[in-house]
Amino acid sequence: MAGSIEHRIALSAESDHASLPILGRAHEWVVTVDHKRLGLMYIGGGLVFFLIAGLQAATMRLQLAIPNAGIIAPQVFNRLLTVHGTAMVFLVGMPILTGFLNYLVPLMIGARDLAFPRLNAFGFWLWLFGSLLLYFSYIGGDGLYGAGSAPDVGWFAYAPLTERAFSRGNSTDYWILSILLTSVGSTATAINLLTSIFCMRCEGMTLRKMPVLVWLAAVVSFLMCVVLPPLSAAQAMLLLDRFLGAHFFDTQAGGSAILWQHFFWIFGHPEVYVLVLPAFAFANEIIPVFSRKVIFGYSVMVAASCALAFISLGVWAHHMFSVGMAPAGNAFFAASTMLVSIPTGIKIFNWIGTMWGGKIRFRIPMMFSVGFLAQFLIAGLTGIMLAVAPFDWQLTDTYFVVAHFHYVLIGAIVFMIFAAIYYWFPKATGKMLGERLGKWHFWLFLIGFHMTFDTLHFAGLRGMPRRIYTYQPGRGLDTINLIASIGVIFQAAGILMFLINVIRSLRSGKPAGDDPWDAWTLEWSTSSPPPEYNFAELPVVRSRRPLWDLKHPEDPDWKYE
Amino acid sequence: MMMKRWLLGIAAMLAAASRAFANDWGMGDANSKIPPSSIFSPVSTPASDINTLAFFTLAITGTIFLIVGSLIVYSVVRFRARSDDDGREPPQVYGSNPIEFAWTTVPAIIVFVLILITARTIYTVQAAPRPPGAINVRVIGHQWWWEFQYPDLGIVTANELHVPQSDPANPTPTFIVLESADVAHSFWVPRLAGKTDAIPNHRNTMWIDPHEVGTFLGQCAEFCGTEHAMMLLRVIVEPRGDFQRWAEAEKQAPVQDASVARGRAVFESTACVNCHAIRGTAANGTFGPDLTHLMSRETLGAGVAINTPEHLKIWVHDPAEMKPGALMPAMNLEPKDLDGLVAYLATLR
Ligand code: HEM
Ligand SMILES: [Cu+2]
Repeated sequence: MAGSIEHRIALSAESDHASLPILGRAHEWVVTVDHKRLGLMYIGGGLVFFLIAGLQAATMRLQLAIPNAGIIAPQVFNRLLTVHGTAMVFLVGMPILTGFLNYLVPLMIGARDLAFPRLNAFGFWLWLFGSLLLYFSYIGGDGLYGAGSAPDVGWFAYAPLTERAFSRGNSTDYWILSILLTSVGSTATAINLLTSIFCMRCEGMTLRKMPVLVWLAAVVSFLMCVVLPPLSAAQAMLLLDRFLGAHFFDTQAGGSAILWQHFFWIFGHPEVYVLVLPAFAFANEIIPVFSRKVIFGYSVMVAASCALAFISLGVWAHHMFSVGMAPAGNAFFAASTMLVSIPTGIKIFNWIGTMWGGKIRFRIPMMFSVGFLAQFLIAGLTGIMLAVAPFDWQLTDTYFVVAHFHYVLIGAIVFMIFAAIYYWFPKATGKMLGERLGKWHFWLFLIGFHMTFDTLHFAGLRGMPRRIYTYQPGRGLDTINLIASIGVIFQAAGILMFLINVIRSLRSGKPAGDDPWDAWTLEWSTSSPPPEYNFAELPVVRSRRPLWDLKHPEDPDWKYE
Repeated sequence: MMMKRWLLGIAAMLAAASRAFANDWGMGDANSKIPPSSIFSPVSTPASDINTLAFFTLAITGTIFLIVGSLIVYSVVRFRARSDDDGREPPQVYGSNPIEFAWTTVPAIIVFVLILITARTIYTVQAAPRPPGAINVRVIGHQWWWEFQYPDLGIVTANELHVPQSDPANPTPTFIVLESADVAHSFWVPRLAGKTDAIPNHRNTMWIDPHEVGTFLGQCAEFCGTEHAMMLLRVIVEPRGDFQRWAEAEKQAPVQDASVARGRAVFESTACVNCHAIRGTAANGTFGPDLTHLMSRETLGAGVAINTPEHLKIWVHDPAEMKPGALMPAMNLEPKDLDGLVAYLATLR
């Protein structure tokens, strides 16, 4: 019977024959329902979009390198801005992170697959199709022949700029549909992860014995289920406005512009946590292994993550301090936002506590993780400044905010994505990534990142608004912007090192073995790459670090937990 | 050394490119006389209140940064594996309740203090006193320019807001009502106050009381479409007497100069009148800026160019050359008509 276990095992055995024609092998990837393959496809697809959206960012920085530059037209800049922002969130951040969770969660809970493998495949293809729609808008935005008309309304697409009166053609419709599809795909993934985590853990893995990564995967999935539907609803309402003459956000017919902002940020703020919690999750696995210590304060770490998720649902209007809320509203959202810093602080302290007294091995994943710690500290502190509502009246919609959220998105999330790639690449491919190229990658990217984004804090403090295609000379902004743009060259060089590293390693990397980092969670107990069915025999665990117990039978974890 | 030469090379290339690409209609020189719009050099009470709170916040976050940053650096340096490591695992520490408790409560106390101080500033800045001398201004955001109305004085102008200096002994703050004619905009002059959005179907208010005379640059801070970047504004703060004089001049009907009658006829017989107003003529459009006292303004096109007859000519011929995407169409006038029209506009003082 097609799709039965035996059939799929047989297929995977066949695929090992290198003689399969390339089309046949492609066909296998297309029809796969294996969580590992789908995870890798999310990650690979996300990385491709990362390169494209990164090039778009570099083009913006080229235009901004000097004042009053006329290298690209304003509308072209606004399109780059919109597509870059949208792509980085929906086509890069979400898929890469959920891709990792897809890959790792079943392995870490000792299961053979996710609960709904076909739903998983469906989610992926929905995501891919939605993603392609965003870029297709470049061709289709003004009808099939109106080339070059991608959306130019910004990634938060404030109404009524997105209404027909101000956004003609179809580019905004492509934007709406793209987000609608990718978020339906993500909701499917979230439901799948939740079900798997709560129903499919191996024998002995109680909730208190799950790796922290799995806990965070559950929290993230819960958040996605709560916040993606409002986003989809808002997109549907906007479509109704644009095609059927509804007036939800159409201010010219009496609709509300502020309603859109509430809808968008009820999704948009927790979305930051949807992105950053998986990054935390990677740090929770990598920092202990390379410090050779158990994670410090497991329960508090988990509790802090749950608290973060809950608080994040009540802070959305801190994106709206300048819309003219009453003082009580401003004060409430300032206060709730500042509360976020307490669980965040706990997490940072616990990571330091994990390194404290350890024997830290500075392999590439650990280097990226330490970069993450420092940069996330900065991002958190600038976040507190933004939560101080009156201070935010000056800072919001300036380059200070651009710097702040790139510290979150690149400094924390992208750094942890790279850490995770260096860490789990050997598991997924059976090959190690090169250390020397890895170091070049790390240092170039780190230097470039701070050159670009640290400087931009100061541009904001000097009154440079964001989302402008140019600025005037003589405003004290010239040097800052030039340095920021040169930083992009370093970042790009770093990424190039990474690409070379991946290609070289796939061709002729050092074989990894099952457990190259001397790690402790279940994924390292199976072969690299794992067989299609993950475990020949389902594991049984007694503690959070089953491989530690195996390696240290004289002093196992379960004695202390 | 190599690195430095590299950077210099790149900088030189970019500078050369900038000259090739830049089209700066005299604004660079005009702006460089005005100090940067740093939020840390406030000249008005709301901005000063924010500045005080900002320094307090920076002190707290700066201290936390130093402490936690040093902890990270220390643990990374102190606890790295040595080359003579014996390969044994370090002691496993699973956690510590007293330590966890400490680093939960201390941040909680800091946060509590910060919340109180923040709330206080929110209430003081948002609740403005309204002394008898206050000036009322209606600010209307348009895709990509600003309209300023003084309802009590009967003045309408654009892109340059004149307000009187306010001295603490005898305050004359300016009360601002913000509206939008199309999409969301945001009014922001960093040295005077934080930003407040101008949203369609919605009315926001704010106030400033500048105590320093001078020109302060601001700009739209909410993304509003193609030329969002070129939705600039300047606030001109004058001693009270000068402000009064300016207001009187703005109230006057525009000059009727016979020598430019031809240009005036051109203006009144083309589509200009559909969008612009000039008091005392048939033109009463509201889609574009009021031109009654056009030449009393320093800049053109919401700050893209210095306001000179030469620039006016380029602008009227084809605004897109200066401000691509601007909603004013190219007027396609005969050269002679264009000359006459610009001569007429140049008399609108
Ligand atoms: C090479 C690295 C990157 C550079 C040089 C870069 C540069 C930029 C620039 C110049 C802007 C426009 C800022 C403005 O005018 O408001 C921007 C916006 C943005 N970027 Fe990046 N970026 C990079 C990577 C990323 C990454 C990795 C993410 C997320 C995962 C990201 C997410 C965003 C978002 C959400 C926006 C806002 C778009 C909007 O306002 O509509 N960026 N970036
Ligand atoms: Cu605007």
